Amino acid sequence: MKKNLRNLPVHVVLVVVGALMAVPLLYAVLSGFKTTDELSRNPVGLPEKWVTSNYTDILGSSSFWQMVGSSTFIAIVTAVAVVGVSALAAFSFARFAFRGREALFTLFTMGLMFPFAVVALPLFLLLRSLDLLDNPLGVILPQAAFGIPVTIVILRGFFREIPAELEEAATLDGCGPLGFFWRVLLPMARPALGTVSVLAVVGSWNNFLLPLLVFTDPSWWTIPIGVQQFQGQYSAEYARVFAYLVLAMVPALVFYSVAERQLVGGLAAGATKG
Amino acid sequence: MTSTFVKDDRSAGAGTPSPAPEKARARRKWGHWFTAFAFQVPALVLFGVLVLLPMLFAVYASFFRWGGFGWPSEAIGFDNYTRLLKDDVFLGDLWRGGLLIGLSVGLQLPFALALAVALNQKLRGRAVYRMLFFAPYILSEAITGILFGMLFAPDDGFADQVLSNIGLGGLGGKWFSDTSTVLATLFLVMMWKYFGFHMMLYLAGLQSIPAELKEAALIDGAGPWERFRHITLPLLAPTLKISVFLSVIGAIQLFDLVWVTTSGGPDHHSETMAVTLFQYGFKRYQVGYASAISVAMFVISLVFALVYQRYVLRRDLEGATTTMRGGGS
Repeated sequence: MKKNLRNLPVHVVLVVVGALMAVPLLYAVLSGFKTTDELSRNPVGLPEKWVTSNYTDILGSSSFWQMVGSSTFIAIVTAVAVVGVSALAAFSFARFAFRGREALFTLFTMGLMFPFAVVALPLFLLLRSLDLLDNPLGVILPQAAFGIPVTIVILRGFFREIPAELEEAATLDGCGPLGFFWRVLLPMARPALGTVSVLAVVGSWNNFLLPLLVFTDPSWWTIPIGVQQFQGQYSAEYARVFAYLVLAMVPALVFYSVAERQLVGGLAAGATKG
Repeated sequence: MTSTFVKDDRSAGAGTPSPAPEKARARRKWGHWFTAFAFQVPALVLFGVLVLLPMLFAVYASFFRWGGFGWPSEAIGFDNYTRLLKDDVFLGDLWRGGLLIGLSVGLQLPFALALAVALNQKLRGRAVYRMLFFAPYILSEAITGILFGMLFAPDDGFADQVLSNIGLGGLGGKWFSDTSTVLATLFLVMMWKYFGFHMMLYLAGLQSIPAELKEAALIDGAGPWERFRHITLPLLAPTLKISVFLSVIGAIQLFDLVWVTTSGGPDHHSETMAVTLFQYGFKRYQVGYASAISVAMFVISLVFALVYQRYVLRRDLEGATTTMRGGGS
């Protein structure tokens, strides 16, 4: 009882901050149930009449689902690509001694400091000359390339912690490096692989600049691009745009609630180690 | 690409030597250079072609006057760079970037720390708060930006409506569309979106602090503030340093949020380096000059990262407790 009272100020602060965090989201959800007309008369309260057409219209449009599909496809292929190539490289960094290892590793870690915007321009020109504009590979490959540094850094840490005895036992059983990597290391590192995959998926899902540059053809637009275009197109119809925003947020939030542990665990492991 | 938020000290930057026994062990096994290197090839090709090559090309193009078509041919030496130093927009970018960094480190991070400390105790609803505070971090910058663009729309936006409903209409403003308030509004949105991320980092750090230390301090009669000052803060120092690092790099790279809310306006008052780069490169076809901005941005990030790693992060390699020597008094 006494403890509860002492915690009262803390609770007050948390409730206030929580409200400030939640209000923009709740407001968007509620506004989606209003008509734009009502939104200007009654911006704050509950809808006078719950209009569902804003939401159902969007859910009934093929372009919305096409964007969900496009975002999903690009995110998954990006994750597979970046985790695949980075796992191989991280294995070599963690388990081999070779000349130039540290120099090569430094080269990759320097990539952590490359703001994407810095290479946006030459990358665009390169993609254009490779004929990868309006091609999902034009987004997937650069995203994978930019995800390599962080993925290697995390995976190398995990790969190092797998005991050497296992490696010896595998070698005695006739495993080559590739066999050890495939049959022992990867299965054991499943949590780490989960973490980096989730990071790659979230990064890809939220990416804006690259798809904006690559896709002029709406058939490959991802959700962030679609939202921006929709808002430009219907800027006067606030209620519709709010409904669209809410629906665009749902997949990310659902994914987050499913993958929360992997994501937060990965961030924590990366930032508190060492 | 927002995925540069995880950092591993042991390996970052200047190539920290790995512990000797591990090296010996690795040497014993599969020591063929060719095998080891073969595993690197796919990553190296992808990274080389799509990250390093464009970067090198940006350096090259920055010495030309070039509109982005054909191959750059009109070499102008360092003219793009000297122009940069006289460009009010670019100099403004530096100033605004510095301001955003200052606000992030001075306001956002302490706020995140306070909430992390609050949520580190056993509290009713703790899990819900954690979810709620972290959720905005998951949302794309573009979606967040559009949402807040509408919330802060002048007059009929939510913020202004609420203020006028509670009789504070005079406090309402033009938010994103006024030169004097746009940066502050942008910072509010940044805070909403990112503080939860830093809070999560701190929570992870707080949970790794041994409970015995706090108990010992409690027995010695230390109050809450003293415990925070002499135990929590020093032991959390490595996490705090990483968080500051990520916050600064994030502010230097800020693009999406600005682009969808203001595109840098009004009158450049919310423009960041990345936005200026985009404006020149993709809107005005001054690709050579935009490349010079790219290079400047990269050099600023790199210099900051190297200096920070050299002077701030280095000590953490010795283990978290060593920071207590200097930080305890």
